[in-house]
Amino acid sequence: MKREAWIRLLIVALFVLSIELLCRTKTIPPTVLIPPSDMLIELIAILRSGELNTDIVSTFGNILIAALIVAVLGFAVGVVIHAFPWLRSSVEPLLASYYAVPTFMFYPVFIVLLGVGSAPIIAIAVLLAIVAMITATLDGLDRIPGVLRKTARMYHMSRLRTSVLVELPAASPYLFTGVKLAVAYSFIGVIASEFILSGSGLGYAIAYAYNNFENRKMYALMLLVLLAATAVNSALNAVDSRLQARQLR
Amino acid sequence: MEGAVVGGAGPASDTSSASGSDSVHVRLKQVTRVFTLQSGGSLHAIGPVDLELTRGEFFSCVGPSGCGKSTLLDVLAGLAVPTEGTATFEGRPISGVPDGVGAVFQEDASFPWLTVEDNVAFGLRRAGVDPAEIKRRVDYAVGFMGLKDFAKAYPAQLSGGMRQRVCIARTLVLQPRLILLDEPFGALDQQTRLLMGDELLRLWRETSATVLLITHALDEAAMLSDRVGVMSARPGTFIDMVSTGWERDRDSRVVSTPRFGEITARLWDKLRRETMKIMGVAHGPAGGVAAP
Repeated sequence: MKREAWIRLLIVALFVLSIELLCRTKTIPPTVLIPPSDMLIELIAILRSGELNTDIVSTFGNILIAALIVAVLGFAVGVVIHAFPWLRSSVEPLLASYYAVPTFMFYPVFIVLLGVGSAPIIAIAVLLAIVAMITATLDGLDRIPGVLRKTARMYHMSRLRTSVLVELPAASPYLFTGVKLAVAYSFIGVIASEFILSGSGLGYAIAYAYNNFENRKMYALMLLVLLAATAVNSALNAVDSRLQARQLR
Repeated sequence: MEGAVVGGAGPASDTSSASGSDSVHVRLKQVTRVFTLQSGGSLHAIGPVDLELTRGEFFSCVGPSGCGKSTLLDVLAGLAVPTEGTATFEGRPISGVPDGVGAVFQEDASFPWLTVEDNVAFGLRRAGVDPAEIKRRVDYAVGFMGLKDFAKAYPAQLSGGMRQRVCIARTLVLQPRLILLDEPFGALDQQTRLLMGDELLRLWRETSATVLLITHALDEAAMLSDRVGVMSARPGTFIDMVSTGWERDRDSRVVSTPRFGEITARLWDKLRRETMKIMGVAHGPAGGVAAP
């Protein structure tokens, strides 16, 4: 591990330790925050009992489905927009201002359209994440050096082969950045949607625990979400670093 | 065409290929290329250009920036269609990239997601060459270009010069009969360029291919070539053709000969005038320069 990574880890460890101390000394009352060690103990107990397994599977399943839809659909839409410059110049201002819109306000519309269950949750997550993937696709396709396309022509490659064997790998680091954002936004979209429009899932379980003053359970589940998001992000970052390092010119 | 010769023993003017028409490998006849601009206007990039390259000749093309040197190469590579005139390779009109033509560009065109050996094998795999033959040719080309120790490395792990060698090796394995080089050493330092020039000469001798080199560097053109064509400012046409008279078995040591100085002086004389035209500067009365 690099020196910077150790320093980063140390900062996180010091932060957790200071929270632990503040909680143990009752500087922060247990009604507000429980010690991180208690969160972990409670989380292990929850996982062992299996009481929330259905919610955990539902949440991570929805995140996975949303991220996959975003990656595929966002890429396809990005390719189409890139292929037609007139379309791009028309929609680019809309894409640029997209994140000024609070996507979650559309949740009643999705319930009316898709009913209750996973569908509206996935829809909101897709809505939240898709523009990041479209933008990353446009960025990736823009950055393919023209000389690589010229080289493909020198090899008598068809348009399809050029796309698959040259353009796609050349754009892959930027596309992967889009996938990373798709996963991150899917996490946010799914869990936040579960707070407001679901009867299951981790978001719902956290809200339920909060409403019933079950502090230990609430913080344990928060820790679970935090650990899962960190683990997934770290794995994606590792792949991203490899891709970026390889494509460096 | 102007054809002043510097000194009695200076380089000769040569407006066509050295041998008879049966040995003409590449021919451009009255080729022009006009681009239509998005604004509605047009840009006359080159022409009319007449050029004949003899089979196995090393020809360089120098000219001021923007004179259409790369456009000329694109026409020969089949990447651009002449607006007027005809371009032929081995007697056949160039329409699309002809078989037997390879190109190395100024920009780094190595595929960063492939190792050196996979880069070099790329074209052979596309052409469906037998795997054993691919290995044989790749091993040879990688060794020939001094990349043996880096066969498993990715381009990001190599210097700019080594990446250009990967691109040259990738072209070399396809055994092209015409090699087009568009300022392949433009981004390299002077010492590396000289050494890369030696490698290029070695490659040329070994393959017997016809080589067309586009370059900004007069010394590079004078050192490497059998003939050097000087292009005018846009629209680019050939305003001088200089035969260097070097032996086929030559290397970068020719730069220390008086003849090399004569050739580069003559090239610079022509190029200087064209560059001044672009810069909007006229000759002053005492050989200096003055604003028009």
